[in-house]
Amino acid sequence: MKPFNPRAVELAAPKQQRNWDWRAAANFICGGSGGGLLLYAAFAGFGRGSALAALLAGMTLIATGLTCVWFEIGRPWRALNVYRHIATSWMTREAVVALAVFGCGALAVLTGSVVATLCAGVCGGAFLYSQARILAANKGIPAWRHPASVPLLVATGLAEGAALALAVGALGGAAIGAGLLVAAMILVIVRAWAWQRYRTGLGSTGAPEAALRVLDGFAPRLLWLGTVLPALAVLALLLGMPGQGPVLLLVALLAAGSGAWLKYTLVRRAAYTQGLAIDHIPVRGRGPSGPAAKPGWKMMPDGNRG
Amino acid sequence: MTRYVMTIDLRRCVGCQTCTAACKGANATPPGIQWRRVLDIESGEFPDVRRSFLPVACMHCGDPPCESVCPTRATTRRADGLVAIDYELCIGCANCVMACPYDARSIVHEPRYAYGDSPMASEAKRFDPARIGVSMKCTFCKDRIDYAERTGKVPGVDPEVTPACVNSCISGAMGFGDIEDADSGVSKLLAGTQYFRMHEELGTEPGVYYVWDKS
Repeated sequence: MKPFNPRAVELAAPKQQRNWDWRAAANFICGGSGGGLLLYAAFAGFGRGSALAALLAGMTLIATGLTCVWFEIGRPWRALNVYRHIATSWMTREAVVALAVFGCGALAVLTGSVVATLCAGVCGGAFLYSQARILAANKGIPAWRHPASVPLLVATGLAEGAALALAVGALGGAAIGAGLLVAAMILVIVRAWAWQRYRTGLGSTGAPEAALRVLDGFAPRLLWLGTVLPALAVLALLLGMPGQGPVLLLVALLAAGSGAWLKYTLVRRAAYTQGLAIDHIPVRGRGPSGPAAKPGWKMMPDGNRG
Repeated sequence: MTRYVMTIDLRRCVGCQTCTAACKGANATPPGIQWRRVLDIESGEFPDVRRSFLPVACMHCGDPPCESVCPTRATTRRADGLVAIDYELCIGCANCVMACPYDARSIVHEPRYAYGDSPMASEAKRFDPARIGVSMKCTFCKDRIDYAERTGKVPGVDPEVTPACVNSCISGAMGFGDIEDADSGVSKLLAGTQYFRMHEELGTEPGVYYVWDKS
């Protein structure tokens, strides 16, 4: 990690967080898409071969993410302590749900049980939701704590999972009907709507200027690469375009790739801290007190610029 | 019930950083890590500009977000209001670092010394391996508060049971005591002044009160 030596006057301003690096981002990227994949595939009605491939892919993604984060924590050999605070910690709940994912998933893989597959899907959805709540619980990062970040992360996980499930299904030889294609297209569009809702909400409640700049720089990429192109590709398939397998693979790359980019942007690049502020500049001598100062913020909660 | 809080009279702070140095000396934090800092804030526009000094550290919140996100229960809020970390339980996941809106927490993943890879004698003597790879922050000098419990001395009054930063403050800007005790120094100060608590809108109920004017 690069040393960070700000000037004295910069210490109060929001700073990009430096504790969760690409390994933490990988947990959200892989875990979210893996959870979404398990959920979508469980209810897609795939045959045994495609369902098995989707189960293995989903669990592999989740395991990859958790392994990455294990390499990031400061005391990896104490990792089992993560199970000690289920009452309020979403990180504990994520870890508990992960056990359920792997338990149900292993049972589904070994027995082919439809019930176990459905359970694994539901647990995958719960894993995705837990990850969204982990970010939202962090009050120190304004771009995360906004309530609209939860539906955004869930929506992107579902959109990524749907696109990946269709690709896995098509490559496994499953027949992908119009219903599954329309559902995936709707999820991609819902993600774009969730993004817009999140960005609008963040602008109205106020956020560090630097975070807003990062998010606005990313927005066109999500729109074109993550929404318009995959939606058009799915629409083309619905209209009868041949080559379902390769097209769905392209859709998966676009939807999951843009989702990964979104989460990396959110977890790393837009993750500016709250920063520090003075609500009232103190009285000095006989002079009056001054207005509040909140360096680096676009808008104060009361609507005034800091 | 006891609720220890800190008062910082911003009218008195001169930005000398003595509290920063005292904290460093008392807690032997590694280079680059300061549990107590004094920020230099410039505000306003020419010609009406202001320069203010803002001492910051852990706010020992009444509803600490670091405590609720901690997956290991390493971070706990004590009955006397101090937010403490059990270094033996912490896994260094940094969730609490992200949850804290006051930039109060840090994690050091490998030993750091002032001059290269080898510690000075003083650093070697005070090096604590338990603090490597785990979250750490200002403790309100909890060993001193615990000592007060055993001896009957009064934090905020008796220097040996008062946080090092408060003892060191050259301008008397920093105070410490039990806000539930109406006769404590902090209660009397807050009764006669206007104050704010930083980022109170986030619902953290911080335990540091910044005084900015008289009532």
